Amino acid sequence: MSVIVILVFFSVLVAGGFLIAFIWAVKSGQYDDRYTPSVRILFDDESENEK
Amino acid sequence: MQISEVVNLKEGTLCYHCGDVCNKSLDIRSGDKVFCCTGCKTVYEILHENNLCKYYDLDKSPGISQKKLESAASSRYSYLDDPKIVTQLTSYNDGKISVCNFVLPQVHCSSCIWLIEKLYKLNSGIIQSEVNFVQKTVNIKFNPKEITLRQVVELLVAVGYEPQISLSDIENQVKFRSNKSLYYKIGVAGFCFGNIMLLSFPEYLAPVGSLEHSFKQFFGLLNLVLGAPVLFYSAGDYFKSAWSGIKQKSINIDFPIVLGLVVLFIRSSFEIITNTGVGFIDSMTGLIFFLLLGKIFQSKTYDALNFERNYKSYFPVSVTLSRSGNETSIPVSNLKNGDRILIRNNELIPADAILFNGNANIDYSFVTGESIPVPKVAGEIIYAGGRQRGSAIELEVIRTVSQSYLTQLWNKDAFIKKDEDKFNSLVNVIGKYFTIVILFIAAAAFMYWYPVSLRTAINAFTAVLIIACPCGIALTNPFALGNAVRILGRNKFYAKNASVVERISKIDTIVFDKTGTITKTGDADITFNGNVLSTTEQKLIKSLVRNSTHPLSGRIYDAIETDELLEVTSFTEHSGKGIEALIDGNTIKLGSALFAADNNKILLGKERSPGKLDSRIFLSINGSIKGFFAINNIYRKGLEEITAGLKNKYKLVVLSGDNEGEKENIERYFNYKSTIYFNQSPNDKLEYVKELQSAGNKVMMIGDGLNDAGALKQSDVGVAISEDITNFSPACDAILDASEFSRLDKFIGFSKTTKKIIITSFIISMVYNIIGVSLAFQSEISPLLAAILMPASSITVVLFTVLSTNLLARKRGL
Repeated sequence: MSVIVILVFFSVLVAGGFLIAFIWAVKSGQYDDRYTPSVRILFDDESENEK
Repeated sequence: MQISEVVNLKEGTLCYHCGDVCNKSLDIRSGDKVFCCTGCKTVYEILHENNLCKYYDLDKSPGISQKKLESAASSRYSYLDDPKIVTQLTSYNDGKISVCNFVLPQVHCSSCIWLIEKLYKLNSGIIQSEVNFVQKTVNIKFNPKEITLRQVVELLVAVGYEPQISLSDIENQVKFRSNKSLYYKIGVAGFCFGNIMLLSFPEYLAPVGSLEHSFKQFFGLLNLVLGAPVLFYSAGDYFKSAWSGIKQKSINIDFPIVLGLVVLFIRSSFEIITNTGVGFIDSMTGLIFFLLLGKIFQSKTYDALNFERNYKSYFPVSVTLSRSGNETSIPVSNLKNGDRILIRNNELIPADAILFNGNANIDYSFVTGESIPVPKVAGEIIYAGGRQRGSAIELEVIRTVSQSYLTQLWNKDAFIKKDEDKFNSLVNVIGKYFTIVILFIAAAAFMYWYPVSLRTAINAFTAVLIIACPCGIALTNPFALGNAVRILGRNKFYAKNASVVERISKIDTIVFDKTGTITKTGDADITFNGNVLSTTEQKLIKSLVRNSTHPLSGRIYDAIETDELLEVTSFTEHSGKGIEALIDGNTIKLGSALFAADNNKILLGKERSPGKLDSRIFLSINGSIKGFFAINNIYRKGLEEITAGLKNKYKLVVLSGDNEGEKENIERYFNYKSTIYFNQSPNDKLEYVKELQSAGNKVMMIGDGLNDAGALKQSDVGVAISEDITNFSPACDAILDASEFSRLDKFIGFSKTTKKIIITSFIISMVYNIIGVSLAFQSEISPLLAAILMPASSITVVLFTVLSTNLLARKRGL
């Protein structure tokens, strides 16, 4: 019995961690623009002496 | 005479910057690259100097053509030096970092994103610039000590991206729209729902009685703890909506939902706490989770489109003030009575003013819809909203912006009225009766079981309320309409929200604006057939048509490229026939075949080319016929099919701000059932729509300009038609891309089909409800039954609506 209570407690804790991560992601604006980052990531990095 | 310029694409070289065809005679080059105009070349040189030529590698010819940009005075952005304007345009400023947002309508490809995010390479004062491609906005962080806001804007202009700054941006800042709270709510609901399901599985699967009692209570209490935030936080909007419905003395669909949820929660808490059962918290959270998913699905918005524009979005932010010879640019809102302002070609007059000097030729199409410019002489009043065509003029302001005629129009009731008030959705009508019936059945169940025991009676009462919770009905609308909005959006008909689709399905009258809606804006295709016209003859014609207010005269006037005008004596306009005048001793006549040929029948049968709806205007000079102007394509492509498809089903009306010149042609498109009115002011249009509505008609108004704005707002569904959807369009319910105008009939038909799908789906969920209620009436429902029946009805409804809307859309070719 008690081992299940502990397990349930931890499973809720872990899931809660993901919920907090999700809320943080929304708060920091990651869901505001779901298109531009997909383009931006394909730009190559600059080498400074590029002509 | 160069009326229609034909450029051979094969021979033309394409501009390296913008991809337009280059004019060979100009030959603008920089190194080995060829450009169409010096503007494009300048942008290229700036990028070249700063090693930003990768811009051209990402997409081919990504630049924005610089030809159309009017060579602006260097003082153009000087209003951005005004500290007040700066504070209004920046969203954050601490002395070291300033943040501002701009709308850049030109953003269209990945090169644009790349270049704008590299602005820091062009000026070290810029700390970061971040593009939101979908909303076409840029967020710029800059150091105000190194670079001013004006320099930031000028930098954007220099690389070809002119920010759209209008009066309304100054008053309310550009905002990034987002619905974060819905995401939070769905996150919480999803988290709790998942965990509750996990904890409920032992109950579903264990054989009756085998589950240890202490487990049961532990899981039950945990479910209760997890369920509470879902009900009170995630479902909060439903409580608010049901409450606001009650306050307005009406019951909407959210009321039975909230009732069901609350009863569910109370009964479950009671069972768990008294240790008599496990409750239905799993069904409750699942239901709320599904409802919120529906909300997300429905909330499809077109970020780049703006449905809420008013005149302020059209107005310039600044105006050139002329003070004892000095020109300064000041914000429009700072204009005072008595200020002397300078209006250049194609600039908008921001405030009512008296013409001081210059040749005013004012185009009021923006306000009245009448497309022919009106000449004004010094001392006359020019109202705000007019656009000067021709050389610069000087005006003296007599009323400030907020008091001008145009602004007054905007303060009419139609613009203040809220959208939600004018429409009662079908689902809310059903919700009302549904609630009454359910309460009645629940009461009947209570009475029926009361003689047995109070406990059974309460169980049956709550079971009915729980199982009848109209989740299926509540899910139908968001999924059916949300999907319809998506399908229409894919076909370039952009609805503001889901309720627009439902409103379209009810309309029975369609009102068209004429100029810009059924006729095309911009250049008509005008050709002259006959003898080649000499320069003198061109001057004669241009001088003649200048005096006429007929729309076709205006088009001929625009088509003739000569600046010199001759003095006109004895001008006469023969209504419905043509115009004639004596110019420089020559009698010149322009009009119908009979008119131009002095009733001689030689031109009979040539009035128009067979099977085509062009207009031919015949010309005779000193009695000899020179030929005719053929004006093609002034009506939108597909107009014929649209009117043919619509005229038997709907009442069609045309309201035109223009005069009656085109009456005959319009009548040929619209049959006798249609009504056509000319010389309609914006207010007339609004009143006419109101009149139709008070006669019980549901009106769809289709218009394009600010002159239709009142009617668009007043109508049940206001559709703005636009050549470029990211450009200006007045406040409306939906924006239609002009290229898809010919499919209007299909869009309306599809909306009507969607409504039928909704009704069918209501019936399906009713069947589920009837089965559930009849079981509940017999007192006991098991948590497992509830956990199966409620999601099953929701999922059936969602699948049915989404699949059937998709299927029927495909069938209609959408």
